[in-house]
Amino acid sequence: MSRDQNTIFAGADRLTILTYMLLVVLGWLNIYAAVYNEEHQNIFDTTQKYGKQLIWIGGSTIIAICILLIDANFYTAFSYGFYGFLIAANILVLFLGREVKGSKSWFRFGDVGIQPAEFMKFAANLALAKFLSNSTIVVNQRFRLRLKDLIKNYKNTFYALVIIVIPLIIIKILQDETGLAIVFIAFVIVLYREGLSVNFLIFGILAAILFVIALVVTQITTLLIVLAVISSAAFLFIPRNRKSLIVVALVYMASAGVVLGTNYVYNHLEPHQKVRIDVLLGRGTVDLKKEGYNVNQAKIAIGSGGFIGKGYLQGTQTKYDFVPEQDTDFIFCTVGEEWGFLGSTGVIFLELFLILRVIFLAERQRSDFSRIYGYGVAVILFFHLAVNIGMTIGLMPVIGIPLPFFSYGGSSLWAFTILLFIFIKLDANRLLILR
Amino acid sequence: MSNVQLSDRKFMIGGFFCLIALIYIVRLFYIQVIDDQYKLAADNNALRKMTEYPVRGYIFDRKGKLLVQNEPSYDLMIIPKETKGCDTFALCEVLQINKIEYLRRFKKACQAPNSPRKESVFEKQMSAPTYAALQEKLYRFKGFFVQKRTVRRYPRPIAAHLLGYVNEVTKEKAEKDAYYREGDYIGITGIERSYEEELRGKKGVQMAITDVHNKIIGRYMNGKYDTLAIPGKPLYCSIDMDLQEYGEKLLNGKKGAVVAIEPSTGEILALISAPTYDPNLLVGGKERSRNFTKLYYDTVDLPLFNRALTAMYPPGSIFKLIDALIAQNDGLINRSTVFPCQMGYPPMGGKPKCHAHGGGKNLTGSISVSCNSYYSYVFREIVDQKKYPHFIDGYNHWRETVKTFGPGTRLGTDLPYDKPGNVPSVEYYNKVFGKNGWRSNTIVSLGIGQAELLLVPLQMANVVASIANRGFYYTPHCIKGVGPEKALDKRFKVKHFVGVQNPEAYQNVIDGMQGAMEPGGTAYTNRLKDIVVCGKTGTAQNPHGKDHAVFLAFAPRENPKIAIACIVENAGFGNTWSAPIVTLMIEKYLKGKTERPEVEKRMIEADLIHDKIKVPEKHR
Repeated sequence: MSRDQNTIFAGADRLTILTYMLLVVLGWLNIYAAVYNEEHQNIFDTTQKYGKQLIWIGGSTIIAICILLIDANFYTAFSYGFYGFLIAANILVLFLGREVKGSKSWFRFGDVGIQPAEFMKFAANLALAKFLSNSTIVVNQRFRLRLKDLIKNYKNTFYALVIIVIPLIIIKILQDETGLAIVFIAFVIVLYREGLSVNFLIFGILAAILFVIALVVTQITTLLIVLAVISSAAFLFIPRNRKSLIVVALVYMASAGVVLGTNYVYNHLEPHQKVRIDVLLGRGTVDLKKEGYNVNQAKIAIGSGGFIGKGYLQGTQTKYDFVPEQDTDFIFCTVGEEWGFLGSTGVIFLELFLILRVIFLAERQRSDFSRIYGYGVAVILFFHLAVNIGMTIGLMPVIGIPLPFFSYGGSSLWAFTILLFIFIKLDANRLLILR
Repeated sequence: MSNVQLSDRKFMIGGFFCLIALIYIVRLFYIQVIDDQYKLAADNNALRKMTEYPVRGYIFDRKGKLLVQNEPSYDLMIIPKETKGCDTFALCEVLQINKIEYLRRFKKACQAPNSPRKESVFEKQMSAPTYAALQEKLYRFKGFFVQKRTVRRYPRPIAAHLLGYVNEVTKEKAEKDAYYREGDYIGITGIERSYEEELRGKKGVQMAITDVHNKIIGRYMNGKYDTLAIPGKPLYCSIDMDLQEYGEKLLNGKKGAVVAIEPSTGEILALISAPTYDPNLLVGGKERSRNFTKLYYDTVDLPLFNRALTAMYPPGSIFKLIDALIAQNDGLINRSTVFPCQMGYPPMGGKPKCHAHGGGKNLTGSISVSCNSYYSYVFREIVDQKKYPHFIDGYNHWRETVKTFGPGTRLGTDLPYDKPGNVPSVEYYNKVFGKNGWRSNTIVSLGIGQAELLLVPLQMANVVASIANRGFYYTPHCIKGVGPEKALDKRFKVKHFVGVQNPEAYQNVIDGMQGAMEPGGTAYTNRLKDIVVCGKTGTAQNPHGKDHAVFLAFAPRENPKIAIACIVENAGFGNTWSAPIVTLMIEKYLKGKTERPEVEKRMIEADLIHDKIKVPEKHR
């Protein structure tokens, strides 16, 4: 910290910044490979996406520097301000925005499009950190089923959830951008870190598992399995008194509710979402030329890469445009095909390293605000990583979500840059904060 | 729980993240390293997307004879990026081109809109010997392959205007329409254009894997992504090939058109525009463009000009039929109405002029001898009738009724580019003569089918078909069925009723038309022995020289099988030039043969174009 006290990088974590830069450069190289054709070889050709991405990267650098220049207290003080401003922007875009592929979520400035939903992430993260740093969601009492206690104990959790859910609803229902909306669910992990009972997560995960089982086999079978598992667990591990019996009955009823609700939820999905779930779970007949095309082509591209890949700019799948959207959501296919198993693992490690580094930095903060914000950064990045790569290798349904710092797109790159660099600034400032 | 305890949760969270990452890495290892399924497109192999071109739909005539067929043709394709190690010298030898030409084509294949990575045509439609020679040595020509297509072939060199031709799609069209890529073929005129979507079929795609020697070694993913080409649908044309061929022979050496329609269905039996050309000329690679240029610049014959649909002629006397129908329908004249004729129209000092036919005639007689004076009276009776307060309303009534027979609007056939003709409007005359500057006598020559009145031959045929049907017509069309199920567009099943629905009026007019073929009638010399033909001659004055010879007729009188109109440009009397053609064609169609060899010979041999203008021999 001593060498560069007077520069803007004073105290900024160099390792994080270097990882960030490495990811952005690798991302650009892969976008170049994905849209590469021999007629446009000039990398500064702004009619091509790699040329445009260079401009976005330049913009990101300026944004990062500005964030580091501004006093850290600014972000703390104006957390709710950012949040309110972006909520307003996300509603305004419905009226002033331009329609792209059926949803109205882009502001247009000449040739340039800005998607406010991308920027909602850091604002929601700021607001959540602000709220949680002033109020606890830890419940110290034993669980009691009394309304008064419930309200008292879970009031703050409820408010925190409201902060998360408002943008989710606006982006999902009003803008119809499922991928951008679903990201906000990741903040639940931040709540967990700040004291939310692990039971909620377990219940959520179990509900997801039951949902999948009920879709793959039938509802009745699932109900029978659930009954068998819960009964035997209760028989083996739980003391036999009236209270346990009620708990067991409640757990069973909740599970039954999830299982029976499966069809309702599934039937109320959009047709393309149903198809994506069907493709993932292999339900019914999947036509590889139609609904299964993207995922299958993505797998072929990645799978044909082998251990060391075909070499940079040598990917035939990429060259022949087999994979749709291969510069944005499916950019990982280019990595998989041209850099092979080594390259794809490398990218996963690099991204994971950045995320773990952020968690490490978050844990060393003195201020609750900085720590919570840091966790927010980590979970958002991780959620994108997991869903994006998961869908290209057939482990997740297809959801339009970018790979952080890799995918083509100005809004997402800038939004991730802002998200990360606010945290880098908060971290740089940590020693100035009194406990 | 204190914050210290909570901070232990970082291990849970971090561990969870690592676990997911690990699962992904295991999965990647499986699909990238262990599972061979995805590696079919291995490093040394390249995928080639091969388009399988569908066979364009066949076209049959009304008797089921083949009007248009296909024959295979071979294009030599190049992928410039893959030509390393190609035996260029041998290739030039096979194609009989020099190195400079080779390099020129190579460069063209590399530049936009082509691309060095994508295939483009190097040599179009190779001749059979070239193809055979090439096929043997193809293994030496890396980056080249042969693309099979089919081209049109016409068993008989007829009906060029009707069938139209096929040519390479324009750049603009290829950019706009996703189906076409540059180098694809598309119907440009005629049936080929209007039924393009039915005829073209659907292209198929084959993904093939090729090895380093440019040899196809297998199908990509076992043909999972291949699609078969779907052949174009066959079309069943209403044309009678024999009639069409015979008519074209009769019109040889003349400018003009013949349109024959089956009145009971609206099916076009023959559609001839002369001079015409052999449709086989506009097929093929190099020769095609040479032939096209030649046809295009033939300013004497204008062989590419489709007169049957797009040449607008003054109809002349044939228009009297419509006047007679309207006047009877309005109750202005009846069968016994007589108007005087003094070698012309008396009230206007003998203008329009008429010919010597022995004084005033009644209605049927006026048609048979084609009296100009009679129809000047009739026209003015219609326009000035008392029912209307102002003659303008009378004129509009006449105009609207005329239009119900087809003139003045595009008929909407299934052929592209037909012209509407012209029935002048009140506004037009107001502009020419000034408001109130004209009366019914100003425009009296409309009554005898002159002045600004213009019809295309198809409309003339439609008029006679409507009369043959006694008051209705079906929109003329030349395709009676599409595809194996022989589907007919429902717009051709709609009966269009004309503005005169009066059986007696038709009876009288048809009597007059029959009279024209009898002693004293204008077309008596062209009568047929055992077929009752109802006809009407026309000799249309025009600003381009000698009168156009017009004739229209239908036969037989009861249950007419054919309605036909003929115009021969600048030929003279309708009876001299058009009536023989029409009656010969009626004979041919109804009996299968003709019994007037001397008339036939005269018609076939007469050359009205080149005899007249004396083209120097070397330019013929």
